[in-house]
Amino acid sequence: MSKELEYLSRKVARGHISRRDFLGRAAALGVTTVFANSLLSSAALAEGPVKGGTLKAGMQGGASTDSLDPATWQSQVPYKFGRQWGEQLVEIQPDGKLEPKLAEEWGSSDDAKVWTFKIRKGVQFHDGKEMTPDDVVATMERHSDANSKSGALGIMGGIENVKKDGDTVVFTLKEANADLPFLMDDYHLMIQPNGGKDKPTAGIGTGPYKVVTDQPGVRHIGEKFANYWNGDKRGHADQIEIIVINDATARTAALQSGQVHMINRVEPKIVDLVKRVPGVTIQNVAGKGHYVFIAHCNTAPFDNVDLRLALKYAMNREEMVQKILRGYGSVGNDFPINKAYPLFSDDIEQRTYDPDKAAFHFKKSGHDGTVLLRTSDVAFPGAVDAAQLYQQSAAKAGIKIEVKREPGDGYWSEVWNKQPFSESYWGGRPTQDQMYSTAYYSKADWNDTRFFNPKFDQMLITARGELDEGKRKQMYRDMAIIVRDEGGVIVPMFNDFIDATSAKVGGWVPDGNQEMSGGYALSRCWLNA
Amino acid sequence: MSAPVLKLVAQRIAMGLLLLLAVSVLIFAGTQILPGDVAQSILGQSATPQALENLRRDMGLNDPAYIRYLRWLGGILTGDLGTALSSGQDIATSLKERLWNTLFLAFWAAVVSIPLAIMLGLLAVRYRNGFVDKLISGLGLASTSLPEFFTGYLLIYFVAVRLQWFPSVSTVYEGMPLGERLSAIALPVTVLTLVVLAHMMRMTRAAILNVMQSAYIETAELKGLSPLQIITRHAFPNAIAPIVNVVMLNLAFLVVGVVVVEVIFVYPGMGQYLVDHVAKRDVPVVQACGLVFAAVYISLNIIADIVAIVSNPRLRHPK
Repeated sequence: MSKELEYLSRKVARGHISRRDFLGRAAALGVTTVFANSLLSSAALAEGPVKGGTLKAGMQGGASTDSLDPATWQSQVPYKFGRQWGEQLVEIQPDGKLEPKLAEEWGSSDDAKVWTFKIRKGVQFHDGKEMTPDDVVATMERHSDANSKSGALGIMGGIENVKKDGDTVVFTLKEANADLPFLMDDYHLMIQPNGGKDKPTAGIGTGPYKVVTDQPGVRHIGEKFANYWNGDKRGHADQIEIIVINDATARTAALQSGQVHMINRVEPKIVDLVKRVPGVTIQNVAGKGHYVFIAHCNTAPFDNVDLRLALKYAMNREEMVQKILRGYGSVGNDFPINKAYPLFSDDIEQRTYDPDKAAFHFKKSGHDGTVLLRTSDVAFPGAVDAAQLYQQSAAKAGIKIEVKREPGDGYWSEVWNKQPFSESYWGGRPTQDQMYSTAYYSKADWNDTRFFNPKFDQMLITARGELDEGKRKQMYRDMAIIVRDEGGVIVPMFNDFIDATSAKVGGWVPDGNQEMSGGYALSRCWLNA
Repeated sequence: MSAPVLKLVAQRIAMGLLLLLAVSVLIFAGTQILPGDVAQSILGQSATPQALENLRRDMGLNDPAYIRYLRWLGGILTGDLGTALSSGQDIATSLKERLWNTLFLAFWAAVVSIPLAIMLGLLAVRYRNGFVDKLISGLGLASTSLPEFFTGYLLIYFVAVRLQWFPSVSTVYEGMPLGERLSAIALPVTVLTLVVLAHMMRMTRAAILNVMQSAYIETAELKGLSPLQIITRHAFPNAIAPIVNVVMLNLAFLVVGVVVVEVIFVYPGMGQYLVDHVAKRDVPVVQACGLVFAAVYISLNIIADIVAIVSNPRLRHPK
């Protein structure tokens, strides 16, 4: 890095020269804008946060049906707002490692069946009460109760009981699980006074911002919580606001006109246009989210492994990444894991588009006639286009795909997980175990490929209890290959999270765990002075 | 007001109420035909037959349809619209705020568009078939023909992003000062005005032109009145009934048909509220919204009818 650039970037961070001047000087030195911008943000990070102001985000993914009860959260806005006003026991970092949050430290018994979390002291809830291990136990109880209909119910299922023991909380599991601490990062599991049992929608947590205004589907406002325990690291603006802007054009316009400082979900097809807007930075980061074509392994004609292989070889992954994601993503390999996951093996052979092999397996399957693929606008951005591209690449292998476009309303209740061959997406999970347990374990509710493989199930459970990382990695590699070669899922691409920030935002951390800087953008970032 | 007018007005109102009752039956029946019931939507994926049965019993879903209908109707008459399934919030409270926002937007759109439309209509008649008439009609038709989202995006790009005169995000909230509120809704009001203007303007023009054929207009001309005086004093009052009719039709549109504008400008009105709840199969909210929309539509039409009755001299001055 040029000394001069480094010097200049520090001057911008201190406000001595303007950002635009800096970018001009950088261009004169022959540096690309992207690199110069990244230099700026690291200089700003080094300079330290600026306190004060109102930081505003315009976000897709909110509706008037949203609630403050963490158990009910499904969509982006309540979840991302929740990350600002509530906290979990642990927090997954951008590098995939765990950092202590409301738990100071943790450890397990040798068989990974009993886990002990030491609960942080001196942490206050927004209502002034001090957080205790009892609140942690009550929170876990609430989300384990089938009547709560909590979104975390699935991951709480493996827990036998949760008990307080002095300053610690002890989790006893039904089966060994080496990943239990990762599960505690789940956004539903924010610690609330008495677990939120008294009033689930009260909106009280321990986070850097307390809820002052909550208008579902319109806007959510948080005000800096004076007694926040971790104020040096989080919660720089005096106030944060999320404005729900579900329309993509309106969202971009709001960023351009300065009504919001950051937005989520910039559509790949307009990224290049947004990039050219002065002051706007595209924040894209490779994540765990991926788009899928799912075939039911137990329904004709997809119950034939050769037909599934034919469909996999007929997929042109490179073309999908270029045309559907405009390069903002990477190719998939027909299993739901990529390098963003811990314990990923990068030596599994990449499957490529091969019309000859596709034709061979198609012929071997004995199926003739068309294959019906159901799609919809809501399956993922560009899903209908992707279906048509697939139709063409498959046609070259002599496979006729009939594309049926379904209405977006009702797609998730009537088509996905019901019809034998459709398009969908997954947001990814913190660990491989969770991803496989959610969608590939034979007994999972969301086993949307109807993948019933006893050997795979057995390996999944063994790997879960295995504390030796080397052995676990090998098991996950074997499982990936089973799903890749026998499963009903076609994974053409992993999509990047694409957000955008205005020139006023400092302190953005690329974090592939979720969009909006892992969900923490509003409390990690600050407004440049 | 004389007795025949009062009687007619009373008849209209009674008819309107009856119609509303009929609509409530239709709404209730319509939501009954939908596959699945409320219990199923609440329990969703995790529904077991036992849990479904318990919930149905608790909610009284096993009663015959007419009893459930009467219970629902009774609740509405006492102001109890029930609670939303999705968020557990009281429907009446959240609906009130949304309805108020919608009416606020519709009101200001009407305040701008109705006088403007009528004035332009009068001008068009005054200079009929001339350049002014053609210009007004042409521009009006062009603005109506462009889809709302297109004019909306154009306004956002030029007025909000380039010139930065008004915000592109029209989020309004309780306790917002009126000045800020008006600035926030400036762009959606402009779009709505452009959408409804031509219809009302053309109707005004046609209705007045129709009257202009009458013999008394010729008399007025022979008396030596100026063309504008003839139009405002003699032609317009006799053309009020059809004009009010089309104005009310457009007002109803401003209240019930502006979902697209709400989405583009992020305006928290009824339309978005209804669409969100339809997507979540939140039947009680959908029913409540349907009823409110029907009530708005019917009452605006009653008003139009009453104005037509009252403005009819033959009814006002019976022999």
